[in-house]
Amino acid sequence: MALTQTPSQTVGPYFAYGLTSEQYGYDFKSLFGPVLAEPQATGEHIRLSGRVFDGDAVPIPDAMLEIRQADAQGRFVASRAEALASGFRGFGRCGTGTQASRHYWFDTIKPGAAAAGEAPCIDVIVTMRGMLLHAFTRVYFDDEGEANAHDPVLAALPAARRATLIARREAQPGGVAYRFDVHMQGPKETVFFDL
Amino acid sequence: MPEATPLAPRDWASQPPYLYPGYKSTAKRGPTRPLVPLKSALAQRNAPVYGHEDIGPLDHDLTRNAARNGAPLGERIVVTGRVVDEDGRPAAHTLVEIWQANAAGRYVHKADQHNAPLDPNFLGAGRCLTDKDGRYRFLSIKPGAYPWQNHPNGWRPNHIHFSLFGQHFASRLVTQMYFSGDPLLPLDPVYLSAPEGARERLLSRLNLDAVGEAGFALGFEFDIVLRGPHQTPTES
Repeated sequence: MALTQTPSQTVGPYFAYGLTSEQYGYDFKSLFGPVLAEPQATGEHIRLSGRVFDGDAVPIPDAMLEIRQADAQGRFVASRAEALASGFRGFGRCGTGTQASRHYWFDTIKPGAAAAGEAPCIDVIVTMRGMLLHAFTRVYFDDEGEANAHDPVLAALPAARRATLIARREAQPGGVAYRFDVHMQGPKETVFFDL
Repeated sequence: MPEATPLAPRDWASQPPYLYPGYKSTAKRGPTRPLVPLKSALAQRNAPVYGHEDIGPLDHDLTRNAARNGAPLGERIVVTGRVVDEDGRPAAHTLVEIWQANAAGRYVHKADQHNAPLDPNFLGAGRCLTDKDGRYRFLSIKPGAYPWQNHPNGWRPNHIHFSLFGQHFASRLVTQMYFSGDPLLPLDPVYLSAPEGARERLLSRLNLDAVGEAGFALGFEFDIVLRGPHQTPTES
């Protein structure tokens, strides 16, 4: 390899008007936001939400999450035209600074398994002020016990740490919600991946 | 699902650590446990989908994309460069998003309480797609330095934030571009968090003739190297 990778630097505290402008009320179009699925998108519509906690178990108000996932059939969106036609764009971005409770949220559909033998999951990028490079994690679903039990990524983790990747299903008046908190540190520190 | 050749790993010798004492906020926010290797299809998954239709005609021109009644104050700069992978292959038609302080060192962000003026004609956010050769280009205003609370009398050097995906989910990069010769650089823990020998790749180069516009704007070049597919198969 002739060239070497550009180092990462922190996203800092002021990313909102550049990366999540519409969510934060800035007058600049957002390419990505918390809504991945329009009403007509096929599949079970869900809201994925949660908080990001620091080493003192305090909710972090200036983190940003990005998620990438398959559609209900386990397929990844291949083009902008396909996303427009289906109403499902497969990628979302949300900051934790616009709700007083410091929740992030995504309105999406529950993904299908991307390959035989794998459990349905959502890939996540976490970044914030105070992180010099982003971290990757994954969301699995607590009502997919059978699939989770056979998923090779979950199976490779110590049992005590698997729970950090499992979102909890909650029936709410507005529809189906899954709760997924991220713990940067501490006894419940989320599993972060090197990929 | 069709898969490309595996993506080169993150080059940890080039990356800052999660926990870096000089940057105090990392102490409670950086993961403390070793990352878990994930040798699955995830690394090959593609970046989010978007297209030229998503980019507005002034999105790349920060001197005009938020102008209300005039031009923003400050030194006009052209910032351009190529986005390539480690083998020099261009990241064509890939999204580059930037944000920055204004010339006075103030961000248009409600959390920024620095006592410096906002500029009614400057937002400080922009985006563009690279061309087929991986080249991007912005017109902007040189950002000012600003104080921060990390340490007594701390000041961030002039910088522009960059956000890129490249062709893959795993080639995501969020970084900052600096200006060669800035006297604040040797004092800045964020810059210094990148290992010596790697941090210099965060410096833009002055290029008046090929990049700047004579009599109008200074020119700075900043190339970005992302992870790319391995040329040769890796051992399994």
